[in-house]
Amino acid sequence: MNVEQHAQKYPEVWRRFSPRETLVRYSWYLGIVFIAVWSVSNLDIPWLYFLDAHIQAADLAVRMWPPDWDYVDRLTGPLIETIHIATLGTAVTVVIAFPVAFIAARNTTFNSVTWFIGRFILVASRSINTVVWGLIFVAIFGPGPVAGIWAIAFRSIGFMGKLIAEAIEEIDEGTVEAIEATGASRLQVLLIGIIPQVLPVIYGTTVYRWDINIRESTVLGFVGAGGIGILLYSSINQFLWQEVAVIMLAVFGVVIVSEFISATVRQRIS
Amino acid sequence: MNIPAGTGVRAPLQWHRIRIIESPLIRTGFAVLAVAYIFWSVSTLGIDWVRVAKGLPRAADMIARMVPPDFSRWELLVRGVLESVQMALAASFFGMILAVPLGICGASNLVPKPVYLVARTIIILSRTFHEIIVAILFVKIFGFGPVAGVLTLIVSSISFISKMLAEDIENMTPGQIEAIRATGASFPKLLIYCISPQSLPRYLGVSIYRLDANIRHSTVVGIVGAGGIGQVLAASFSRYDYDFSLAILLSIIMLVFFGEFFSNWVRGRLR
Repeated sequence: MNVEQHAQKYPEVWRRFSPRETLVRYSWYLGIVFIAVWSVSNLDIPWLYFLDAHIQAADLAVRMWPPDWDYVDRLTGPLIETIHIATLGTAVTVVIAFPVAFIAARNTTFNSVTWFIGRFILVASRSINTVVWGLIFVAIFGPGPVAGIWAIAFRSIGFMGKLIAEAIEEIDEGTVEAIEATGASRLQVLLIGIIPQVLPVIYGTTVYRWDINIRESTVLGFVGAGGIGILLYSSINQFLWQEVAVIMLAVFGVVIVSEFISATVRQRIS
Repeated sequence: MNIPAGTGVRAPLQWHRIRIIESPLIRTGFAVLAVAYIFWSVSTLGIDWVRVAKGLPRAADMIARMVPPDFSRWELLVRGVLESVQMALAASFFGMILAVPLGICGASNLVPKPVYLVARTIIILSRTFHEIIVAILFVKIFGFGPVAGVLTLIVSSISFISKMLAEDIENMTPGQIEAIRATGASFPKLLIYCISPQSLPRYLGVSIYRLDANIRHSTVVGIVGAGGIGQVLAASFSRYDYDFSLAILLSIIMLVFFGEFFSNWVRGRLR
């Protein structure tokens, strides 16, 4: 190696990227910026509204203060209802999600048709938001917590089913084979070979989803599916911002507590 | 088996399944509590069973009116879907950028304690409220339309990405940080030469995942008037235009499916 080659290989100033890499990197950045600009410019945003946004926000804050503390008494019932909707919805989910996950996992499904059906249920359930499910179930069951429970359940099936199906696909096949070798029936293989292996995942995702569902159930009332959202929606529509402040504080408290419970339980399971 | 006499160790004669809760008493206790809870909660919910019983025929009626899906107003549909995608793209872009400073401030191994606490409080606060509550507040401030939707998605993207970024930085091995600091590097140089190379792949992965999540969420903020396909869906639903609603729902499923596919593909390539 002569001096020139050496200097080229080990330059005086160290650079992380070669010129080619730099070019590729910058064209990626440019592409991303271009997409962002295209998106924003196509949204026809009324920029004029940004001028007085801070005034509007300050106005909102002033109207919210002080929170209407007398309103707290009327909140406990709906708050408990919110928690019930989330919990019962999660319970329904566990019952439905396991069979769906079972047919959506490659190693336990019956054939490719059932696998496809399982996957489609999971994707459809996850694509449609809880509130949209709420709209549908309010039309079916009428306004009230039953619609909320089904909305929560139908959205959560996709979430939990996907995670459980992934867990089933990653189980130790040796155990299953060993149990099959004892002459166990398909049901016994499921009960003794598969379920104990995915049970920690089921517990973990259930608690995790319960915590998300508490958050989701606080807004189900906006479409009439029960819980504290009904009060929040009516207070907002009547511009009773002091009540809105109290409700938001209550929602904040419940969500933080549920997140704490969920984190603690998940830590103890794993 | 050869067990030395007198040690008292004996292999169990019967096999027992391993349980998460070993004590059978506590296990049954939990089961009883769960059943009691279900009874208690269902009784306090005040469910109108007569109305619920009418649900099944109503569902059948609704499905009958939904099928076949009506794609004849596809222009409206395409416009809504495009608006949702644009909202998601714009929100992901700004969320990705704004999450960086917050994520760095939320990493306890880089910044002083007060900064860390403030950043973490902001992250927790913005995560607590559901997108729809945030969307309503933004609709009040910015009026109806996609602005409120984009801002809502930006808020949730920031909190999600910055939380992941902060945790990623905290889990870094301290060796590299120490090594770069030992060369006398300033804080920006530390960020450029030590933090960014280590956290960039995961940060990009999380951002791409967030794009996919934003596409999903952009379909719902419209229900409170914050733009996107959700607004079209809510309108069609309130007009009992169920066949058009089904067309919208199917488009949303397709959109989310492709978004997820794209996100998985990109994240697979990043690894």
